Amino acid sequence: MAKFFNEMTADGLAHHASAEVREHYREFCGWLQRQSAETIERKRAEADLTFRRVGITFAVYGDDAGTERLIPFDTIPRIIPAAEWKKMETGLIQRVKALNMFIHDIYHDQNIVKAGLIPAEQIYKNAQYRPEMQGINVASDIYAHIAGVDIVRAGAGEFYVLEDNLRVPSGVSYMLEDRKMMMRLFPELFARNKIAPVDHYPDLLLDNLRSVAPMGINDPTVVVMTPGMYNSAYFEHAFLAQQMGVELVEGKDLFVSDNTVFMRTTRGPKRVDVIYRRLDDDFLDPLAFRPDSSLGVPGLLSVYRAGRVTLANAIGTGVADDKSIYPFVPDMIKFYLSEEPVLNNVPTYQCRKKEDLAYTLAHLEELVVKEVHGAGGYGMLVGPASTKAQIEDFRQRLLAKPDGYIAQPTLALSACPTYVENGIAPRHIDLRPFVLSGKTISMVPGGLTRVALQEGSLVVNSSQGGGTKDTWILER
Amino acid sequence: MLSRTADHLFWMARYTERAENTARMLDVNVQTSMLPQSDENNAHGWRAMLGISELQAAYDAKHNTLEAREVIDFMVRDPDNSSSIVACLTEARENARAVRGTLTTEVWEIQNQTWLDMQKRLDSDLLEDDPSKFFEWVKFRSHLSRGVTVGTMLRDEAVHFIRLGTFLERADNTARILDVKFHGGGAEATRSEAMSQHDFYYWGALLRSVSGFEIYRKVYRDVITPARIAELLMLRGDMPRSLLACMDEVVQNLAEVRNDVSADTERLAGRLRAALQFSHIDDILEAGLHETLTRFLADINQLGDRVSRDFLVPLAA
Repeated sequence: MAKFFNEMTADGLAHHASAEVREHYREFCGWLQRQSAETIERKRAEADLTFRRVGITFAVYGDDAGTERLIPFDTIPRIIPAAEWKKMETGLIQRVKALNMFIHDIYHDQNIVKAGLIPAEQIYKNAQYRPEMQGINVASDIYAHIAGVDIVRAGAGEFYVLEDNLRVPSGVSYMLEDRKMMMRLFPELFARNKIAPVDHYPDLLLDNLRSVAPMGINDPTVVVMTPGMYNSAYFEHAFLAQQMGVELVEGKDLFVSDNTVFMRTTRGPKRVDVIYRRLDDDFLDPLAFRPDSSLGVPGLLSVYRAGRVTLANAIGTGVADDKSIYPFVPDMIKFYLSEEPVLNNVPTYQCRKKEDLAYTLAHLEELVVKEVHGAGGYGMLVGPASTKAQIEDFRQRLLAKPDGYIAQPTLALSACPTYVENGIAPRHIDLRPFVLSGKTISMVPGGLTRVALQEGSLVVNSSQGGGTKDTWILER
Repeated sequence: MLSRTADHLFWMARYTERAENTARMLDVNVQTSMLPQSDENNAHGWRAMLGISELQAAYDAKHNTLEAREVIDFMVRDPDNSSSIVACLTEARENARAVRGTLTTEVWEIQNQTWLDMQKRLDSDLLEDDPSKFFEWVKFRSHLSRGVTVGTMLRDEAVHFIRLGTFLERADNTARILDVKFHGGGAEATRSEAMSQHDFYYWGALLRSVSGFEIYRKVYRDVITPARIAELLMLRGDMPRSLLACMDEVVQNLAEVRNDVSADTERLAGRLRAALQFSHIDDILEAGLHETLTRFLADINQLGDRVSRDFLVPLAA
């Protein structure tokens, strides 16, 4: 494994070595050294117990042992100084703005294709492209109302965007619960450090959703739509609905009548104007998409196309967060905004191209290979961490369907000190800030830090055994 | 409120109440089986217990003998028994989980903690070693669940649907206990004959299963007679587990959630309450207790269906 950037010391050593502690970690580090091992252990046990009792759990698919699991929470925060965050924030706003303009363009004039920047087949052959959306106008021209952009930091400390999640990004509830937990366990830390608050996220989200209601609706009714309690992120759906004070609905709670969406209530039908939906396009409307879906609402698409209900995110945003479109995002920023991208893309080999495929096949043991439609850390190959057999298996898959894959150099993700079985050791992390787009673009400082708990592992997804940390943006 | 939300709240309460009542009945049987009595009487108690819950056939399908241990195990945790205490507490928690955003944190945490603790308790030998202690715990958790609902939740529709669930279920359960004990106890239409010692414990156990022993003493200050027990458990509005008390609550909560289509449902509930309120126990015994209770159970069942149709799972508008 290449040398990686240590968030606390800016080098590859554990924090207790001679290396200099970075300035924004000093206060915390001093505090940590004054804590006894027993205190920390007791606090960790307390956190575990609380998460379990409160039922902050997620489900892991294909795992019979526990349909509900705790997401491991690490008590050492990931700290980001104000200046670093400022730059990230600027870059995020720029990126999400361009992505929304791109989706609007794709479903209208397709200027970017006409300009020859993106090959037309990259759009039309993309399974996430929704012809139903062609020529349809959505409120404020916003498609990705909630974006979860994954950012990593590599070897020398530079930031990269790993992927743009524009469909139904999850994890924000953990960001909020982790902060609540840290304040409960270590209130003194919050007195000592100026940590930017994040608790107002649900208010921002509700404001954002109300701002994109269909034309002419003054006091819109907003709901959160969940596939149901057996969905892996059900806790989050319920949590956000409760925090915003809106109804949490399932497909069967809604019906379409008079070109309007209603929900069934104990006092009769009630009109719904904005649906923050937490299920994929495919399941939204059995009449338009998968006919076997019992999770959706028959007729929803036609109401949506008539502009009489807002879906957040819009249908068809997947065309912009697909891994085969990802390499084009820097071009989008230049094309739509005439600006230089603030945040870097990871260099990407597009296996649909002959020369990129050849390079990928020749370097499988050092690359990360991803399915273009994959998510959640499923269906990917991390070359340096894989066996010969796994690599050979992927080689066959690549040869069979080259345009289904991209490859990237294995980034030495930065690491943050983390509690592990025998003490504190560096573990690799990423960051998912949540960017809200409506009349304006807004976000709370920071995001969700995910940590790969296995030594050397680069896979931070909770579905693959990753954990989370509280993320501090220090105000100076 | 979403109809589905109301539905989950209603069933959360019903399952919690059902678990409590099952624990009550089992506990009383455990207590009475410690008294000196014939094996036949003892077996009769357990058979009656299965009869109340309409589970005799399901039990017989799996067991050749009627052993206390086996009945307890069947009623508490047999995976084939969808009315077992484990099934009820699991269902209660699942329903709560589906609407956790509507519940206060406290209400949700009680449901979740009960479910978590239940698994821990059943992993130990507690049920074999001291079943009464387990039943006590189930009752206690039910008390806690009701208390935290009343103590922390806004008195809005959510609470009314929870209360509706609780009292419809309790009315059903109390009627069943009464019916089986009278019908099966060889004491049909008993009025005031003197009691044998066995009878005294038999009826005492029935009273205890509904927390009514001390109340009986307080209300009647006299010997225990089956007729008075029937009066206490059916017609006394101040006895919290009586049919009349349950119907009072049902009528009140129904009025609170009234909508455009619920008038007939309210009428049915009102009629049931009036029948209890203005009846004399002698007339009921004259007409036949079993017949009266059978009719009551059918009406309660219908009332539950109507609540579902009017509020919880309405047909598409």
